[in-house]
Amino acid sequence: MKNVSTVIPCYAADTSGVCSALYELGGLTVVHDASGCNSTYSTHDEPRWYDKRSMIYISALTEMDAVMGNDEKLILDTVAAAADLRPEFITLCGSPMPMMTGFDYDAAAAEIEERSGIKCLPMHTNGTRSYIEGASEAFLAAVKAFAKEGPKVENGVAVLGATPLDFGLSGSIGSIRTWLGERGFETVSCLAVDSSFKDLERAALAKVSLVVSQSGLAAAKYLEKEFGIPYVCGVPYGKKYAERVERYLRWAMEDNETDWVDERSGRDFDTVVIGETVSAFSLCSALYWDLGIDAAVICPLPYEEGRLGRDLAMSAEEDIKAFLEECRPARVIADPLYRYVVPKDTRLTELPHFAFSGRCFGQRIPDLINKDIKEFFE
Amino acid sequence: MLKDMQSYERPPFVTVDEAPEGDHFAGGLEYNPPARGVWNIVHTGMLIPGAHQIFVCAQGCLRGVILTAAEMGMLDRLSWVSVSEEDMFDGTLESDVVEGTAEIIQKLPERPSEVLLFLSCIHLFAGADFEEIIRELGVRFEDIHFTDCYMTPTMRKTVSPDAKMRTQLYEGLRACPIDPKSVNIIGCDRPTDESSELVRIIKENGFVLRDITQAKSYEDYQQMAKAAFSVTYLPTAKGAGDRLSERFGSRNIYIPNRFDPQGIREELSKLCEALGVELPKLDEEEKKAMEALEKARELIGDTAVAIDFTAVTRPYELAKLLCEKGFNVRYIVNDVLGEDVEAFRWLKKNRPGIKIFSALNVNMLNAAESAEKSGETVLAVGQKAAFFFATDNFVNIVANGGYYGFSGIKAIAELMCGAFTVPKDRRTVIQHKGIGCYSCVYQD
Repeated sequence: MKNVSTVIPCYAADTSGVCSALYELGGLTVVHDASGCNSTYSTHDEPRWYDKRSMIYISALTEMDAVMGNDEKLILDTVAAAADLRPEFITLCGSPMPMMTGFDYDAAAAEIEERSGIKCLPMHTNGTRSYIEGASEAFLAAVKAFAKEGPKVENGVAVLGATPLDFGLSGSIGSIRTWLGERGFETVSCLAVDSSFKDLERAALAKVSLVVSQSGLAAAKYLEKEFGIPYVCGVPYGKKYAERVERYLRWAMEDNETDWVDERSGRDFDTVVIGETVSAFSLCSALYWDLGIDAAVICPLPYEEGRLGRDLAMSAEEDIKAFLEECRPARVIADPLYRYVVPKDTRLTELPHFAFSGRCFGQRIPDLINKDIKEFFE
Repeated sequence: MLKDMQSYERPPFVTVDEAPEGDHFAGGLEYNPPARGVWNIVHTGMLIPGAHQIFVCAQGCLRGVILTAAEMGMLDRLSWVSVSEEDMFDGTLESDVVEGTAEIIQKLPERPSEVLLFLSCIHLFAGADFEEIIRELGVRFEDIHFTDCYMTPTMRKTVSPDAKMRTQLYEGLRACPIDPKSVNIIGCDRPTDESSELVRIIKENGFVLRDITQAKSYEDYQQMAKAAFSVTYLPTAKGAGDRLSERFGSRNIYIPNRFDPQGIREELSKLCEALGVELPKLDEEEKKAMEALEKARELIGDTAVAIDFTAVTRPYELAKLLCEKGFNVRYIVNDVLGEDVEAFRWLKKNRPGIKIFSALNVNMLNAAESAEKSGETVLAVGQKAAFFFATDNFVNIVANGGYYGFSGIKAIAELMCGAFTVPKDRRTVIQHKGIGCYSCVYQD
């Protein structure tokens, strides 16, 4: 069965994606779920929880409220919390139980907005999908609601799809900002690490969006459609590949052209990368440009239709295991907890992914932005 | 800080004199403080040697349990079946559980003696026939005991997942001849202090004492079925003892962990009466406990003390004892009044100004920062109190820490002295999930 795993973990779910995306943007986020269920997010999916406060709460749904359809309690509690905390906006997202009862997020959000006078964004999560879907919906909704039209900032870049779920607290997002600055770009908005509500408002002032994970793609497409801002998908890993990304950013600004910086040899691969699509594609390209390594991607998470080429979409433990057994790559680059499915004679280069192994290897997530990656991979 | 908080629509604290019995606070959105020492159902399930846990639920719910096992370095003892949106409505909800579980068992490198099968809120809400699922699996795998387990936080008001887990922990025991000289301590997640009067009374009177926390093998665990007596002292364990009485005819002796001398004597009398042994003289033990408290008070002086409900099961009773001994108990973190009603009423009368803080209230979000700014020195008993009152001087225990009776009071007094003298790395210590469990993330 595809939904069965004997040993490897599952990825963070959609609700965590919403919370992670909006964590620093000044909103009040309410997850409609039972008491205690927020500890999964706050313990395992959110490395900022201890050191940086965010108004993320659980509705403490009970069996009786679910059975009786007592949505009023959630609405009243949220409005009361908003009165005490005065957030920039409110977000309402859900879990499996509200899905079963047919909870109407749009209606509840409209009611909360009317009573509190604060913009309320409904998210349609249900705890059964991946964090990518949740973060993607959150970034899109937030940009739609709050990005303001204005004069474009010269060489301005909006970094989209940045969350600790994909980058941990490795410093990678800070390094992307530094790298952009060193190359004459200005980060006008970063959604959303080391960010604030202002970043959200300024997202449409960029000349180009840099999409660093699949979570940022929907927002990038919206900004392109509504504000004419092209986007480039890629994470500037390595040295030579980072140069490629820089070049694409300039082309995008000059020619208003959107693109993925996915450049690989097309030769037979001997390395497999398992991970989030934008990151994994970028890493494969960096391996090629910087080290001459030919790699393919296993995408266990949502990806853009038509992007895969020779890469493979598979998430089931049995599929990944069978594929690796059959293809026997010389090396797999993946989170350490994939070790259970990597064949014995295949080398595993551990690249921790917070959305997969959570805190287990959080301290070991490397910052490979614009760095010489030879030592790490060779 | 406190004045400001009182003006909130949902104030996060109330003074003892104004606190209602039952729920102290109006329900609302809930905050989750980063104090992770309390055990969850995965930690508890791991106490059965060699048992394999299988969780069937949505991805969002799976994540927490899987990573609990991962942090414990026990991923190989937990598997899962994820439930999609379609699964809930296409009539395969139950068959997916059976087929998924069967597939996992066939793929495991070794056959487990017992499988703890966890269903979630959505299964119970949809009326899944758990009994039939267990029966079907039992037919397919006759050599494995399947135990129905529950990850059902939505149903927490009717069935507490924690209490239910402590009950299900012993469902794998198979009936065997009862040994009248065997006693079990039931429902604890850590061994009871060997020097406690409780353990000494049992052992010194020739009884064999067993506790799942000390079972090294599945055979050891099975030996627990022999016991003529179950001793339970955590409120969440009482149901487990009752269930064993129902199944095996053993006698459940519920003797809650008390912090008042008279109460301790009463509980230990109940134990002795049930075992048919004489209550030992406890004067020396009581004297030592009181001396330890006196010594602690001399050291700690007027420093504010904060107690939370995760550290001790009777926070008001501990607060009363400390107040009587001259400590400056200023804060209690607790949302609901438990069994220590009398102590709570005593505090209302004698210490009306003590502030009770909610651990969950939305406005506790910034409590730690406010406490930090206030500069007040606080000695905390418990991780949540340590976090909210921003102190590195704290006693790091959950569920009474395995201590009991007069020796327990003495131990906690000594821990308070230790905490007052030697600060801890709060950030590291309280984020370690499940006190006492191995963690690949935090080594205290």
